[in-house]
Amino acid sequence: MRDRGSTWLAELQDVSFRYGTRQILDGVTLRFQRGRVTAIMGPSGTGKTTLLRLIGGQIHADRGRVQVAGRDVARLSRAQLFELRKRMGMLFQSGALFTGLSVYDNVAFPLREHTALPEAMIRDLVLMKLQAVGLRGARHLMPNQLSGGMARRVALARAIALDPMMIMYDEPFTGLDPITLGVIMKLIRKLNDTLGLTSIVVSHDVQEVTAIADYVYLLSGGRVVGEGRPAELLGSSSGWVRQFMHGLPDGPVPFHYPAPDYGADLLDGARESA
Amino acid sequence: MMSSLQRLGRMTLRFFARLGRGNLFMLRVLAGMPSVLPRFRLLVAQVYHVGFLSLPIIVVASLNVGMVLGLQMYNTLVDFDAESALGPVVALSLVRELGPVVAALLFAGRAGSALTAEIGLMKATEQLSGMEMMAVDPVRRIVAPRLLAGIFALPLLAILFSAVGIGGGYFVGVGLLGVDEGAFWSQMQDKVDWREDVLNGIIKSAVFGVVVTWIAVFEGYEAEPTAEGVSQATTRSVVFSSLAVLGLDFVLTAFMFGEP
Amino acid sequence: MNKTAVIEVLVGLFVAVGVAALFILAFKVSNLRSVGDGEGYVLYARFDNVGGLKVMSPVRAGGVLVGRVVSIDYDQETYEAQVTMRIDAHYDRFPVDTTASIFTAGLLGEQYVSLEPGAEEDYLADGDEIQLTQSALILEQVVGKFFYGQMTQ
Ligand SMILES: Nc1ncnc2c1ncn2[C@@H]1O[C@H](COP(=O)(O)OP(=O)(O)OP(=O)(O)O)[C@@H](O)[C@H]1O
Ligand SMILES: [Mg+2]
Repeated sequence: MRDRGSTWLAELQDVSFRYGTRQILDGVTLRFQRGRVTAIMGPSGTGKTTLLRLIGGQIHADRGRVQVAGRDVARLSRAQLFELRKRMGMLFQSGALFTGLSVYDNVAFPLREHTALPEAMIRDLVLMKLQAVGLRGARHLMPNQLSGGMARRVALARAIALDPMMIMYDEPFTGLDPITLGVIMKLIRKLNDTLGLTSIVVSHDVQEVTAIADYVYLLSGGRVVGEGRPAELLGSSSGWVRQFMHGLPDGPVPFHYPAPDYGADLLDGARESA
Repeated sequence: MMSSLQRLGRMTLRFFARLGRGNLFMLRVLAGMPSVLPRFRLLVAQVYHVGFLSLPIIVVASLNVGMVLGLQMYNTLVDFDAESALGPVVALSLVRELGPVVAALLFAGRAGSALTAEIGLMKATEQLSGMEMMAVDPVRRIVAPRLLAGIFALPLLAILFSAVGIGGGYFVGVGLLGVDEGAFWSQMQDKVDWREDVLNGIIKSAVFGVVVTWIAVFEGYEAEPTAEGVSQATTRSVVFSSLAVLGLDFVLTAFMFGEP
Repeated sequence: MNKTAVIEVLVGLFVAVGVAALFILAFKVSNLRSVGDGEGYVLYARFDNVGGLKVMSPVRAGGVLVGRVVSIDYDQETYEAQVTMRIDAHYDRFPVDTTASIFTAGLLGEQYVSLEPGAEEDYLADGDEIQLTQSALILEQVVGKFFYGQMTQ
């Protein structure tokens, strides 16, 4: 598969998507530059994971276009899509390790499925990837014997097993202790730079993202409300951006899920029980 | 009145929609079969799970059923001075009906439910999704070998059920109640026909194998990806496949043993 | 041994046990061996009444299973039932004046064809018809005749 060598490895143009009647994404445009770490940030439930699924071709946009490596993801046949996916790694929010397979077999899985390499070679590759995430010694463990942070590192090793051109990380930082957090951050940066990957990091952790991302998109209510280099965003004067980047409780982003007036709701309850 | 009619209509439509989806799913699995067959290892692992691990329950249940049959039939036959017919009676009930049916019901409870729960949990924990993102089709990699293993294992289990059950009947009839050993076996051989009885029973169990495993993997694959959804799917899997076995048994029996 | 090897052995065991059970069903429980299809030879016999005789009913000589009924037809020319029997190949010495009778095993048992050899030197061969036959005893007819006899006396 050839790509056209443009600066942008992946692009979403004016993409809208809804689940049932709920509009999740409403005309967003994002571009991901080759060899860079691009972050997508936003409050919970704004459709960040949905966005990654769109890029991976697991769901299709209602409107707009999703392009990866110059190809319209929605237009690909199943076989072509699978070809493309071999070159994309994805780290799921939950890790999504195969619970029936050991750490070693999990990392070996994509290699065994997609290559005809002899077992000795697969072993070398698996150990290499596990070494990269610091878990070569844990290769005999089963996923249920791993801590959350370890599981994520194994998932990372598995995601880079086929040497993809791009990795998508869904919430790689949540629920980690400071040491593991630092390790994962370094890993993302290191893998990006040494393997020449393009990385997309979905997160709502401002500090971590500003530390490793080259470019940041800020998503809210299904729209892109801010974008730029981390430093630019931190200094932004926009209400949305300021509120999110500095973690302010009050501002344009509502903290509450849409609901009828609080006082009226309480009174309703009183009336019902009366 | 209107609303219950409406509900009946909706349930009917939903049933057929589900049946249709089940058939489409089966087609997808069948399309994936050719890529599974050469991967012998995958198949062996699944035969272990659905077949070998079902051995204890099958052996215990069949021994019990055979012994009870032997005892009860003896009590009836002895009144007609026909206890020498114990062999054929026990063998025919097992080979034609009880072997295929009870083995299939146990299989649905033991292996079918495990398949549904396993696939449903894989779905709930994003393992299937993750596999798709790794450009591996879960229908081929996960579902197809399980279906194949189930279709292969159930007939073997049913055959074993019949054989062990007959052994149980022999133990009670000949060993404990004193039926003549020669009469037990020779009458059995005389009355039980290889093709009419044994082979038809095996064909039955093969059909059950397809249906039970199909329902199990389909329910797992269609499960709501939550803990609740998976538990409901597991229940549905056992209930539906048991009902399907009982219903199909009636139809197949009418076909096979109705009139020569 | 590693885990995969253990599983493979156990699966092998499972299949072996299943196949062994199949052999038991084939040779110990059913009659796969005794009268196979295609082997043996065919004899015909006509009866006024076959009673409850069925396809696959046994054919016995001296109480020993020697063959099975393969078809039963009604001949509209002679108004008789024509029974086709397949006899095991190694029972090839039934004299041409052999009698075929339809008997019942026990009071309530199933019906079978019994062959009683005659005295001739020539033997029946494939496709021959047994000339001497005796129809099934129909319980109602016997009882009926008995009462009729009583009344006319
Ligand atoms: N399969 C689905 N069916 C219906 N609605 C869904 C489905 N998946 C997600 N949603 C809805 O889509 C919205 C966006 O979900 P998404 O998982 O993309 O959020 P997110 O930005 O990743 O949130 P978080 O940061 O909590 O992971 C959520 O409000 C959710 O309710
Ligand atoms: Mg998410």
